[in-house]
Amino acid sequence: MLSEIAFYGALETGLIYGLVAFGIYISFRVLDFPDLTVDGSFPLGAAVAAMLIMAGWDPWLATGMAIVAGMAAGAVTALLNVKLNILNLLASILTMIALYSVNLRIMGRPNVALLGEETVLTPWYELGLDFHQVPVLLFVIVALVVLVLLWRFMKSETGLAMRATGANPRMARAQGIATGAMIVLGVALSNGLVGMAGALFAQSQGAADVTMGVGVIVIGLASLIGGEAVLTPSTVVRALFACLIGAIVYRLAIALALNADFIGLKAQDLNLITAVLVTLAIVLPGVRTKLIHRFSRKQA
Amino acid sequence: MAKKTLRSLIGASLLAAATLVQAEEPRVVAITQIVEHPALDAAHEGIKDELAERGYRDGENLKLMHESAQGNSAIASQIARKFVGESPDVIVAIATPSAQTVAAAARNIPVVFSAVTDPVSAKLVKSWEKPGANITGVSDMLPIDKHLDMIQRVMPNATRIGTVYNPGEANAAALVELLEERLAARDMELVKGAATKTSEVLGASRSLVGKVDAIYLTTDNTVISAAEAVVSVGERSDIPVFAADTATVERGAVAAMGFNYYKHGRQTGAMVARILEGAGTADMPVEVMEELDLYVNPAAAERMGITLPDDVIKDATKVVTND
Repeated sequence: MLSEIAFYGALETGLIYGLVAFGIYISFRVLDFPDLTVDGSFPLGAAVAAMLIMAGWDPWLATGMAIVAGMAAGAVTALLNVKLNILNLLASILTMIALYSVNLRIMGRPNVALLGEETVLTPWYELGLDFHQVPVLLFVIVALVVLVLLWRFMKSETGLAMRATGANPRMARAQGIATGAMIVLGVALSNGLVGMAGALFAQSQGAADVTMGVGVIVIGLASLIGGEAVLTPSTVVRALFACLIGAIVYRLAIALALNADFIGLKAQDLNLITAVLVTLAIVLPGVRTKLIHRFSRKQA
Repeated sequence: MAKKTLRSLIGASLLAAATLVQAEEPRVVAITQIVEHPALDAAHEGIKDELAERGYRDGENLKLMHESAQGNSAIASQIARKFVGESPDVIVAIATPSAQTVAAAARNIPVVFSAVTDPVSAKLVKSWEKPGANITGVSDMLPIDKHLDMIQRVMPNATRIGTVYNPGEANAAALVELLEERLAARDMELVKGAATKTSEVLGASRSLVGKVDAIYLTTDNTVISAAEAVVSVGERSDIPVFAADTATVERGAVAAMGFNYYKHGRQTGAMVARILEGAGTADMPVEVMEELDLYVNPAAAERMGITLPDDVIKDATKVVTND
């Protein structure tokens, strides 16, 4: 039903979008900052990495610069909000729109091909693994390293201050936390992760394209919410794993939908399926708690 | 003895039947398309029809798969993986992003692209003449020189050509770059007006007034969607508007030499059929559209302050006469 290659493809894309889900977890969940900048910072990361790779940079260094560029974009959104008092959602839309022009400027044209160039994946192909397994292996390592780093960061003093800022800004300020700085740091971190995802996606797909940011926010949110439905995010580490699992489950669902000719589904139904999945993911946890409540009441 | 002959006869016929069944096993062609769009859909139709005409009928001796990524590059990549996993005889990729995702995933399966403007800078092939690997196809690169010849035939004294384009559209940006180069070779000048969405086309056209002798529109999706805006500026300011696609002539442009994407698809389908018959991709040159249709609109020319020469009208495939 689902070929091995399609399965590895879903894992690979899912792991990359897991990084996006991490970023959205930080902005939406930790900071309570609805941030749409990601639709621009994803292709920004791709553009920066692609141009630097074309200029002969080391692909990992290029990916690092993509993270920096993403962080800068996030910082702009946060500063618009914190310093100029622009509503967070609007601030992020402004940055996202501006990034479209910025990305075009960086690339000089709408599509920069990386097929056949040296990427982060190139040295791994020499390991003797199957061609389609290599990216999965590499991105599992990347995602887990990022997960551990984020987890440790969230437990650090700065991380705790950031979480307090999102949970209760007034209390956080009373405790002497510079909430503005925390928002800037958090949104920058979030977009840095998304920029990294864009850089890795461009390298695995063979091209950076100015349109590749379309819908990143929706897919990231769907992954986040879907993952939370599968794995109750009672702790930070569980929440981070939920992001990763949600992103992979989302990609597997799409791979299945692409193979779902037998129940009459076609590719053009994917957007509807996404909407249904997100709705179910939002509604199901509520139903579960309700059932648990009813059950425990009966017992009592 | 007779029994033995009979047995071997039955055996032979069974064997023959088995090979016959094997020969009739349907060939598999998988088509991936980045987004639903009239031109790309027409290319898809053309591929299907050409294959059918060459004896590959879907559902009979051909299994035709088709998926659209709906503009989403992550889905395009998953479609590519799905197709590669099913290892069809040929994968057809419509438009640059789909072709690149397939190229990244398919190593040994023949790939034919369609509606890709510049396959070399998209790194799909090594060169136009010798693709070098498992990928070749048909480019929709506009025959810009033929278009400029046409403009000069109608307006021999024109030296400044204006164009409106969306810098965010991959194909359009590449075309404008090529246009600038081609014009320079003729000692002519290009004046650009940028419109990133349809609502900006009118303003971008107005910015050309007084700076150009004629306006030439490439196959830029954003601009063509709002071609009426360019035509209205042309009529008000006596600037003849030429186009690269024939449909725009019916919407008020003076003339165009275009190809339609249906024929483009037919040409792609012919290439697919040759590969199904055993031709290799590595030495199959990338093709461009050869068959062009000249459409003219004499009434539109009058409204923009020029008269079309009689010989141009005589050469036209179609003279648009409505309104």
